[in-house]
Amino acid sequence: MNKSQGPRSLAAVPRRKVAIAGIAESRFGEVPDATAWQLHQEGAALALADAGVEPSDVDGLFSCGADIMHPLILGEYLGLRPGYVDGTQVGGSSWEFFVHHAVGAIESGLCDVALLNYATTSRSDVKRRIRSSNVAIDARGPAQFESAYGHTVIGRHAMAATRHMYEFGTTSEQLAEIAVQTRFNASHNPLAMYRDPITVADVLASREICSPLHMLDCCIRSDGGGAVVLVAEDRVADLPKKPVWILGAAEATSHHTMSEWEDFTESPAKRSAERAFGMAGVKPDDIDVLQVYDSFTITVLLTLEALGFCAKGEGGAFVEGGRLRLDGSLPTNTDGGGLSSNHPGMRGLFLIIEAARQLRGEAAGRQVEDASVAAVNGTGGWFSSTGTLVLGVD
Amino acid sequence: MPQLPRTATWHLPVPDLETSEYWDATAQSRLLIKHCDACGRDFFYPRSHCPRCWSSSTSWKEASGDGVVYTFTIVRQNDLPPFKERLPYVVSIVELAEGVRMTSNVEGCAPEDVRCGMAVRVAFREEQRDEGSVFLPVFRPA
Repeated sequence: MNKSQGPRSLAAVPRRKVAIAGIAESRFGEVPDATAWQLHQEGAALALADAGVEPSDVDGLFSCGADIMHPLILGEYLGLRPGYVDGTQVGGSSWEFFVHHAVGAIESGLCDVALLNYATTSRSDVKRRIRSSNVAIDARGPAQFESAYGHTVIGRHAMAATRHMYEFGTTSEQLAEIAVQTRFNASHNPLAMYRDPITVADVLASREICSPLHMLDCCIRSDGGGAVVLVAEDRVADLPKKPVWILGAAEATSHHTMSEWEDFTESPAKRSAERAFGMAGVKPDDIDVLQVYDSFTITVLLTLEALGFCAKGEGGAFVEGGRLRLDGSLPTNTDGGGLSSNHPGMRGLFLIIEAARQLRGEAAGRQVEDASVAAVNGTGGWFSSTGTLVLGVD
Repeated sequence: MPQLPRTATWHLPVPDLETSEYWDATAQSRLLIKHCDACGRDFFYPRSHCPRCWSSSTSWKEASGDGVVYTFTIVRQNDLPPFKERLPYVVSIVELAEGVRMTSNVEGCAPEDVRCGMAVRVAFREEQRDEGSVFLPVFRPA
């Protein structure tokens, strides 16, 4: 029986620190022989085992997907009846939002063990022809002022790249550097979908999808999922693994309709990072390893600027010279990211998993030496939402 | 199993209580934006209140139709109808002379000739559907 669902006195619960206790990916890449629900459970079972907690200990469920009432369907599928549920759906950054929300819930005693759980079979679904590679968003409400113009998800991001190039002279070669260095990192991850090294020339020679973005500037499409388990500090003594503390967490929201984005060269991550870094009391210089949403190379570039690793407009020069590689001064997307490792659709969960893995020292073959502070930045929609986390180990 | 859409009208605007005047005007080759009578600012896309000061005292205002390309992309891949047949095409954020921005297409020139800062002027593209034509504001080099 799950005792934590019983009545409690909030006054009796001091504000508690929150740690990542369990992390796991399900199978990912191409998984034609499992449903998305299966992959949810597979990731959840592995992450709970990693945390040394039982499914019946879970009293908080955080998840989103394409379905209405997704957390209810998932809870039912898993056989859980959590007393705290969050189904926030703000795109790929939803997972960083969930951590932000879970920190609030756990520290104030609303739940003790939070399960963040995600999976899709989006790659296999395209092959089965039950979904398109492009997302059809209908033309009601605000979308009636966009949909008729054939505005794709890639195109929305490409327009940020066009404007950044226009204002700051950023080049396609500089954007390509991000894809090349991420692939270098992927080459050290045996589970990454794409591991063969690529060059800037390869990126520029790949098909242009939406100018100025080429195919190799775009994330891959994979199946897969995973889970993250967060617990209150009073459970930390029982954990089989080193706790990874949430030192800072914040979220920021922006436009949904593209024409409402004030500045196509500035990610809302500027706001979420300022607050998350402030909460943690860290500066960009303190970050040992970085995981940022890389739906497209331009997403990484705007995020690096917004997080303060370089000044606005200087992202192009910053990414030259291998800085983002495992052996660079700012190891970024160390598992190969969405550009090379996996991307089932809303990838923010994998950023948290890889950051925690690096801080635990478990990233065999791609371990960043002495990593003790990590930053994570999820970006959702088309620079529509961002969630920034700062993680650390004792 | 569900199928991909076969009809090519899912993308066309569905006018509603807040926007029917806008689409009625485009059918007469007029581009309307919204004006806030309380704070004096123009805004787009149109809604019944001012998104800045929340006044519900707003009115329609005819735009000059002049603008510049704020940013754009040449779309070369889109597997959804009807866009697949139209590739490549330019999607742009156009900043109107009145200072508001809208999403649109830039037509009437080679996609490769479109530039940020380029002067453009509104035109209206007719698209057919069962309920009758709809006229979409698009932009051409000025």
